[in-house]
Amino acid sequence: MLSIKNLQASVDDKQILKGLNLEVKAGEVHAIMGPNGSGKSTLASVLAGRDAYEVTGGEVTLEGKDLLELSPEDRAREGLFLAFQYPIEIPGVSNINFLKTAVNEIRAYKGLAPMEAKEFLKQVKEKQKLVEFDAKLANRSLNEGFSGGEKKRNEIFQLAMLEPKLSILDETDSGLDIDALRIVANGVNHLRSKDNAFVVITHYQRLLEYIVPDFVHVLYKGRIVKSGTKELALELEEKGYDWLKESVDAEEGAAI
Amino acid sequence: MITQVSSSLYHQLTTVFDDGLAIKGDLEPLASLRRNAFARFQETGFPTLKDEDWKYTNLQPLLSKNYLLRDNLPGKSVSIEKAFIKGLNPYKLVLVNGHFRTDLSDVVDEQGVSIYSIEDIHQHKLSLRHFAQYADKTDNPLVALNTALHEGGLVIEIEKNITLRRSIQIIHVASSSETIFNQTRNLYLLGNNTKAEILESFITDDIGLSLNNTVSEVVLEENAHLQHYYLQTANSQSSYLNHTEIHQKKHSLYNNYNCTFPGSAFIRNNINVRLDDSAVESHLYGITLTAEDQLVDNHTIVDHRKPHCESYEWYKNITQNTSTAVFNGKIFVREDAQKTNAFQQNNNMLIGEKSTIFSKPQLEIFADDVKCSHGCTMGQFDDDALFYLRARGISEEKARVLLVHAFAFDVTEKFSSEPIREYVDHLIEEGLIIEQ
Ligand SMILES: Nc1ncnc2c1ncn2[C@@H]1O[C@H](COP(=O)(O)OP(=O)(O)O)[C@@H](O)[C@H]1O
Ligand SMILES: [Mg+2]
Repeated sequence: MLSIKNLQASVDDKQILKGLNLEVKAGEVHAIMGPNGSGKSTLASVLAGRDAYEVTGGEVTLEGKDLLELSPEDRAREGLFLAFQYPIEIPGVSNINFLKTAVNEIRAYKGLAPMEAKEFLKQVKEKQKLVEFDAKLANRSLNEGFSGGEKKRNEIFQLAMLEPKLSILDETDSGLDIDALRIVANGVNHLRSKDNAFVVITHYQRLLEYIVPDFVHVLYKGRIVKSGTKELALELEEKGYDWLKESVDAEEGAAI
Repeated sequence: MITQVSSSLYHQLTTVFDDGLAIKGDLEPLASLRRNAFARFQETGFPTLKDEDWKYTNLQPLLSKNYLLRDNLPGKSVSIEKAFIKGLNPYKLVLVNGHFRTDLSDVVDEQGVSIYSIEDIHQHKLSLRHFAQYADKTDNPLVALNTALHEGGLVIEIEKNITLRRSIQIIHVASSSETIFNQTRNLYLLGNNTKAEILESFITDDIGLSLNNTVSEVVLEENAHLQHYYLQTANSQSSYLNHTEIHQKKHSLYNNYNCTFPGSAFIRNNINVRLDDSAVESHLYGITLTAEDQLVDNHTIVDHRKPHCESYEWYKNITQNTSTAVFNGKIFVREDAQKTNAFQQNNNMLIGEKSTIFSKPQLEIFADDVKCSHGCTMGQFDDDALFYLRARGISEEKARVLLVHAFAFDVTEKFSSEPIREYVDHLIEEGLIIEQ
C-alpha cells in the first residue's frame, strides 16, 4: 500500500531524513519508535505534504501513485490521513462544518455526490460514540479550548469519519491518561481492516499493548536502524534506546 | 442644467454657489444653513494629506476631475438586482444618484412611518428641527459642503412606539454615463420606543465615474433601537465619502454593521456616535475585505458624554493584492461620563504581501471611574491552520474561505439578521482572490 524508498528530506537546509525505507501492506499495522528528535514527525509531515519540508531524494508511492507530487489535499483524497501530534485550534471554524466540507471534498474527488445530511449525521453519531467524543465538542470551533486528550480524540473521530486507506498516528498516545488511551486504541482497532493500514508513531510501548503492531521499526538519525516484531517494542521498553544509539553511532564513527 | 467648468472640483463648486444656483429659492432656515455651511467649507476647502485625519487618504486625484454636478438623466432606468439579499424581504427604497425614485421603490406600508425626499423637508417641522444639527458640529469640511449643496436623499421618520414589521433597505445606485458628483443627504428619526432595521446597499449601475459625498444624521430618541447595516458592493468607478452622525438618547441602542467588499476604488467612512444621555448603548461592527488597488478608510468616533453608557466596537480588515485599509477609532470619555464601559478591538489580516493596513486607536479619557479597553492585532494567513485543513482533503481555495470566514466570525456572529450574515459570508467568499 505504502512504499517508501530511500527517502531524504530536509528542513531549513538541515537534513533530517537520510535514506528511509518502509513497506506497508494492506491490513498491516506498523509501529515507528525512536528517541526524541529522530525524525518521526518529520516523516509524518513529509508524507502529508507540509510545505516547510523539502524532499531531496527518494520516492514514496501510495497504492502505486507517486505521493510526493500531489498537493496535501490530494494526498488526503487518495486516502492518506495524518493524526497530528499537535492538532491546532482554529477558532471560528465549526468542527462539524469542517468535517462536512472534508467529507464532501473527498467524495467529490471520487466523483461522488455530497453526503445526504441525514446520512452524515448518522455517521457523526456513530463515530462519535466509537471514540466517546463528546457531542457538544463537535459543534464547537475546531479544537478551540479542547483539552489535550479531547484534541487527540477529535483526530481519531476525524479518522473514523474520513475512512482513509493509510493512517499515520503521530504520538496520538502522548498526553492521554490510561482510560483515554484505551478508548483511542479501541477506536483504532475497530477501524482496522484487511483493506487499510496504520503507521503508529509512538514513544512508549504502552500504546502497543492496545494496538498490537505487526512490525516495529526504530527510527534514529533519520533512518530506520532496526526492524522487528512486537517483541522489539518490549525489548526497547526494557533496555531503552542507548544500546541502539551506541551501535549506530559506532558504525557512523567507523564509516568516517 | 449646470454646465461643466474645466478646472478642479473646488473651483466648480465655488462657481456654482456664487452663481446662486444652489440656493434655488430654498425657504428659511434652509437657505441660511446652506449659506453658512458653504462659508465653513470655503474656510478650509477639501481635506488634504496634511490633515491628521486624512493622512493616508488622498482625495486629490478625485478632486482634479471634472464632474457633472447634477444628474442629467434623472428618470433613467437602473438595475438593482445586485443589492437583493436572499431570504430577506425588506421594503426597498431606491436612490439613484441620491434622488429618491418612488417609481422603483416599495411603499412602506406601516403605521407611524413617513418617508420622503429630503427636498420636501421644509414641510416637516420635526425633521427641520433636527436637520444639520449634528453632523455639522464636527469639523469635517465634507459635511459642510454637503449641507451647502446636497441634492437628493431620504428622510425616514418613525413615530413613537412603532416597531417596523419589515426592514427597510435603501439601495444607493451610482449611475451615470459621465463623471458625476453626488451629494446625498439623509435624516433618520426614531421616536421614543421604536424599533427598526435599516440596510443601506451601495451599487453601481453604469460605466461613468462617480464621487458620492453622503451625509446621514441619525437620531435615536429614548429607548429607540436601530440595527443599521452598510453593505458596500459598488464597482471600482464609484468612490464614496460617507459621514454618519448618530445622536442617542436615554436607553437607546444603536448597532452599526459596516461591511465593505472588493469593488469601489475609494471609500472613506466617518461614523460618529454621540452618547448624549445616560444608559445608552452603541455597537459598531466592521468587516472590510479589500482587493486590487482599493482604499477603504474607516474613521469612527465613540463619544461618551454622559454616565452609565456602554460602547462596543469591533472592526476586522482583510486586505488583498495592493489594497489599503485604514482604521481609526477614537473613543472620548468626557468628564461627566462616569461608569462608562468602552471596548474596542481591531483585527487585521494582510493577505496581499503588498497590501497595507494603518490602524490607530485613540482613547481620550477625562473621567476616572471607567472601564475602557482596546486592542489591535496584525496577522497573515495561518499556514499551520491552512495545512491542517488541506491535510483533511479540503482544497486550498476552500480552506482559505473557511479561514477568512472564521476570522470575520467575531463580527458576523453579531449580525441581528441571519440572511444578511449569509449574504455577507457569501460576498466574502466571492471577494477572496486565490492568486495574490
Ligand atoms: N519545522 C522545523 N524547523 C526546524 N527544525 C525542525 C522542524 N521540524 C523538525 N525539526 C528538527 O528535525 C529533527 C527531527 O524532529 P522531529 O521529526 O520532530 O522528531 P521526532 O518527531 O522524532 O521527535 C529535530 O532535530 C528537530 O529539531
Ligand atoms: Mg514528534
